[in-house]
Amino acid sequence: MNDARKTILDRLRLAHCPDSTPVKCDDQNDPVDSVLGSDERIDCFINRMRAVRTEVHDASHDSWLDILHGVCQARSLNNLLVSPHTRWGAMIYAEIRRFPALKDYSQTIEDWKPELFTAVDAAVTGAYGGIAETGTVILWPDAHEPRAMSLVPPIHVVLLEKSRIYNSLTEAMRIQNWTLTGMPSNVILLSGPSKSADIEQTMTYGVHGPKELIVILM
Amino acid sequence: MSTEFRSNVAHALKQDAVQTHLRTVVDRLRAHRQGALSDDAAFEQLRNRCEAIRADAIRRLPDLLEQFESNAQRNGIQVHWAETTLQANQIVLGIMQQHRATFLVKGKSMVSEEMGVNAFLQSHGIDCLETDLGEFIVQLADEKPAHIIVPAIHKKRREIARLIHGHFPGLPYNEDIETLAQSVRHFMRDKFRAAPVGLTGVNFMVAETGTLCLVENEGNGRLCSTLPPVHIAVTGIEKVIARLDDLPPLLNLLTRSATGQPITAYVNMINSPRRPDDKDGPDEVHLILLDNGRSRIAGDPELLETLHCIRCGACINHCPVYRQIGGHAYGTVIPGPIGAILEPQKQGFNAAAGELPQASTLCGACAEVCPVRIPIPAIINRLRWESVRKNQQSQNSRPVVPGAGSGRKPLEALIWKIWAWCCTHPGIYNRLTKLATRLRNRLPADMGVWTAVRKAPKPAQATLHEHLRTMNIDHE
Ligand code: SF4
Repeated sequence: MNDARKTILDRLRLAHCPDSTPVKCDDQNDPVDSVLGSDERIDCFINRMRAVRTEVHDASHDSWLDILHGVCQARSLNNLLVSPHTRWGAMIYAEIRRFPALKDYSQTIEDWKPELFTAVDAAVTGAYGGIAETGTVILWPDAHEPRAMSLVPPIHVVLLEKSRIYNSLTEAMRIQNWTLTGMPSNVILLSGPSKSADIEQTMTYGVHGPKELIVILM
Repeated sequence: MSTEFRSNVAHALKQDAVQTHLRTVVDRLRAHRQGALSDDAAFEQLRNRCEAIRADAIRRLPDLLEQFESNAQRNGIQVHWAETTLQANQIVLGIMQQHRATFLVKGKSMVSEEMGVNAFLQSHGIDCLETDLGEFIVQLADEKPAHIIVPAIHKKRREIARLIHGHFPGLPYNEDIETLAQSVRHFMRDKFRAAPVGLTGVNFMVAETGTLCLVENEGNGRLCSTLPPVHIAVTGIEKVIARLDDLPPLLNLLTRSATGQPITAYVNMINSPRRPDDKDGPDEVHLILLDNGRSRIAGDPELLETLHCIRCGACINHCPVYRQIGGHAYGTVIPGPIGAILEPQKQGFNAAAGELPQASTLCGACAEVCPVRIPIPAIINRLRWESVRKNQQSQNSRPVVPGAGSGRKPLEALIWKIWAWCCTHPGIYNRLTKLATRLRNRLPADMGVWTAVRKAPKPAQATLHEHLRTMNIDHE
C-alpha cells in the first residue's frame, strides 16, 4: 500500500499548483461570534437546547440534586448510571438513598455489554462546556465517564456549570485550549436527543442514540 | 440517440407520483435552509471564510495529508492509502479477515457507496448492514441512495411501511413515522451489540491534530465508531482541513446549508482508538484514504475547485434538473449539479457519466447556494468543452479527464466552424438572417429529436438589424 501512498502524493505534488502558501481570508473572525453578556448567553443556550427537544433545568449549585431527584421520580427510573469518582457523582453517591439504584461503569464495556444495553434506565454525566450559539453541550469522555454513557442508555442527563457556557465553538476551543491540552480519544458535541428526518423530512426522535436529553444547569 | 442517461431520464419523467413527492421534500429542505440564513451579511462573511479554508486545504493537499497522517498515526490511528476503489475494498476485506469478522455495521458514507463496499464484501461472504435510517430503507429496497443527505428521499411513508413489514413480518404494518423508526431502532440494537466491526465515513480530517470529524443526527455513526472492537473510516483525500479552528465555521455552514439546522445532534470527533485508561471505544481505528481520480482532478487549476465540496447537498436541492429527474436518473453515486461535474471527471467521458455535464440548464442556482462557492456552471461549461475538444493541445493544457475529445463529431465541428465564419462576416450574416426571416413559414415543423418534445422555432418577421433601422437606431 506504500506504493499507493507514494503515487498519490507524487501526483498531487506534480499538480498544477506548486504554490503552497496558505490562502488568506480577510474574515478571520467567526462572523457569528456574537459576544453576549453572561445572562443572555445562558438564555440563548437554554432556548436553543429547548428548540431541539432537550429538557433544560435552570438550577443552581444548591438545587441541582433536588432537580435530579425530581427527574428520576418523574420517570420512575429504576436505576441510574453515574460515576462515584467525579465531583458531581460523589455528591450523588453521598445521598444514595434519595436516588434509584446507582450503577458505576467500573469495568470495560466487554464485561457488561448486555446489562448496559438492556438494564440501564438512564445515565448522568458531567459536561466539559456548553455552547450558546448552537445550544450544545461538550462531552469529554474519560475513564470515569466513558463514551457509551451518553450513547446507549435511553435517557441521558447532563450536568453543566453555567460558568462553562461559551458563545461559540471557536471560543470554547480557544479558551479551553483544545489543541494544546490534548483531547480525549473522543470528543462529542451534543445538541439534543438522537433524531432523524429520513422519512419524508419529518422529524422523529430517539432513532439510535438516547431518546431523551436532559440538561441541568448549575 | 438513446444513451443510458437519456433512457434513465425518459423513465424518470414518466413517474409522476415520485416526482411530485420528490418536489415536496426538496421544497421542505430548501425552506429549512432558507429559514436558517436570516443574516445575509454574516452568511456571506462565513462563506468567504469557508471558501478560503477549502481553497487553502486543496492547494496544500499533499502537505496537509502528510501532516494529518503523522498526527493520526501518533494518536494510534492506522492510516491506509488506496488509489482505486478496488484497493480500498481490499483493505477493508483484509481487516475483516484478520479479525475473522463476517459482518459489519455501517454508518452513512458516500465514499463507501463510491467503493461499492457492500457488494464487494458480499461477494466474499461478508454482510454489511446499513444503520442510518434512510440508508437502511434503501438497502431493504435493494436500491441506491437518491440523495446525498436524504438517501430515501424518493420513498413515501406508505412504501417504507410496506418494505419494513415485508422484511419483518413479525412487526405489525404501521405507517406512523415514529413507530417505523422505533421498530428499526429495536432491530438495530442487537446488531450494534454484536458487531465485530463498524464502518463509517468522515466529514473532515483535521491535519493539525489528526482528528476525524463526523456529523450526524441519529447516533448510528457514534454507535458504529464506539461499540465494535474495530472501527474502519473511509474517506476521500480531499476532506482534509488544516486547523482545528477551521472546523467551527465549516460545521456551521455545512449543517445549515444541508438541512437548515444550526448544528447536528452529534458532532463526533475521533482522536484515537481506546487508550489504556478508557473503558470503551474500538481497540483499532483504521482510516482509508481514497484517491480514485481526485489527485488527477487536483492537476487542473479550474477543475480542482470540484474538490472544495463539503457535500452539503444544497446544489442538489436547488437544481431544476434534479427536481425533474430525481437522483437515480444520474446513474451515479452523487447526483445533482455536484455529481454532474464530479462523476464525469472521475469516470471519464467514455463512461455513462460522461454525459452528465449535459444535465444542466446553466441557470446558476447551484453556484448561488453553494456554501463554498464552487463555480459549478463554469465547470460544466468547461467539461462540455473538454468532451469535444481537439486533442492536440500543448503540454501544459494536457487534458486531465479521460476520454477528453471523445464526444467530438466532425460534422458538428464543421457546422460550428461555418457558423463562426458567418458570424465574423457581417455581409454574409445579414443576408443569411434575412433569408431565415423570409422563409419563416416554410421551415419544417418536424426537426427530429428537437421537436419531439418542443414546438419548432419560428424566426421573427424581420431581423434585429431591420428592426433597429426602422426605429432609426444606429447599430453602432
Ligand atoms: S457543490 Fe457546494 S452546494 Fe453542492 S454539495 Fe458541494 S458544497 Fe454543497
